[in-house]
Amino acid sequence: MIEIENVKKSFGQLEVLKGVSMTVDRGEVVSVIGGSGSGKSTMLMCINGLEPIDEGRILVDGTEVHAKDTDLNKLRRNIGIVFQQWNAFPHLTVLENTTLALRKVLGKSKKDADEIAIKQLEHVGLGDKLKMYPSKLSGGQQQRMAIARALAMEPKYMLFDEVTSALDPQLVGEVLDTMRLLANEGMTMIVVTHEMAFAREVSNRVAFFKDGLIHEIGTPAQLFESPERPETADFLKSVL
Amino acid sequence: MFGTSITWGDISFMLSGAGLTLAITFWAMLGGTLAGLVFGVIRAQSPWYVNYPLGTVLDVLRSVPLLIQFILFNSFQSIIGLNMNPFVVGCAVLAAYTAAFCTEIVRGGILSVPTTTRRAARSLGLTYWQDLREIVLPLGTRVMLPSWIGLTLGVMKDTALVYAIGVIELLRSSQIIITRKPHEALVILAIAGLMYFIVSFPVSRLGAHLERKWREND
Repeated sequence: MIEIENVKKSFGQLEVLKGVSMTVDRGEVVSVIGGSGSGKSTMLMCINGLEPIDEGRILVDGTEVHAKDTDLNKLRRNIGIVFQQWNAFPHLTVLENTTLALRKVLGKSKKDADEIAIKQLEHVGLGDKLKMYPSKLSGGQQQRMAIARALAMEPKYMLFDEVTSALDPQLVGEVLDTMRLLANEGMTMIVVTHEMAFAREVSNRVAFFKDGLIHEIGTPAQLFESPERPETADFLKSVL
Repeated sequence: MFGTSITWGDISFMLSGAGLTLAITFWAMLGGTLAGLVFGVIRAQSPWYVNYPLGTVLDVLRSVPLLIQFILFNSFQSIIGLNMNPFVVGCAVLAAYTAAFCTEIVRGGILSVPTTTRRAARSLGLTYWQDLREIVLPLGTRVMLPSWIGLTLGVMKDTALVYAIGVIELLRSSQIIITRKPHEALVILAIAGLMYFIVSFPVSRLGAHLERKWREND
């Protein structure tokens, strides 16, 4: 379970999170929607400790992420994250990208790591690209590789940070298909996205972010069809 | 030889000078690169109170003419009674000088790796050092290499200045022959130039080769 309790965070003068609270249960898919700069991505970075927070706390399976004695490197093994810029390691092949953390972080042998990585890469439809370098792949393929790379660590949670925003429109579908597959397999996911149709289809709950606060959170049916807050209604009107 | 008064003895004298040039270059680059790596990593991530003093020291090393550094350091070490031999003094001064340049090359290389790539590595559970070793340095090396090759070639030519502290490297050995056979000056200098070239050329070819190889994957 991921518990976010009254988290506040500023970058210099700019307060990007103004007291965010949210709970995500195991097996749940929660989409986070909202305008650019509303703090959605920052919240994801805080969950695995890539960003420090100023106030509040975040618990992942009861471990306080920002506590001084928390082993972040260990905690991060349980939390896969996929970014907007797909962030392939350009000097490594697709297979090496996927096995790096398996070998260096989990200490697996090359043989074991290869086996796990190949399974994950086949899962996302890249089984025939193992020896290729990322630069030879399309954006959608690189993003699917990034998903496989995160999944290979067998995380309990997957965080997606606008993973289709930097893709050409015709490549969005293949990445969403991969995420849909994961959701159907019961992965716990927090998906920051601008793909409303996708959010509506796969989410158990949808959270609406604005100005560093969650204004509304509820089932897709509630939030999309009968939003309680005028801010939510305005936002939906502008994007749908 | 070739109808000139230059003898095989002269050539072999120059070759032994060339050997010293190579040896000094090797030790200066080895020491300078290792120190540059360490200082570069420190420079790329340290707060101002570390960066400022370190940067100042490196700036001094980079700005004061090498000739002055050789003479000052050599005098200093003999005054305090270290009795280092000139070859060691030459290597040490040149290594410090190289380190000052190499630090900036390494710092630039590290900073060229996008933060987002490093975050992706850390998010997989890699430690700071694993990220540095597996991601940042290999990627940064592609940026650093051309400058590093340039530095190597520059340092090789800068070794000529160790004549000031009495080391007879390639250029000094050529000058010695010229003082004995002034009418052959041009030929001797041409031979010395050729020797520098023969040593430098493979280094720059190696650099070009690596750059090409890495670019294929980018």
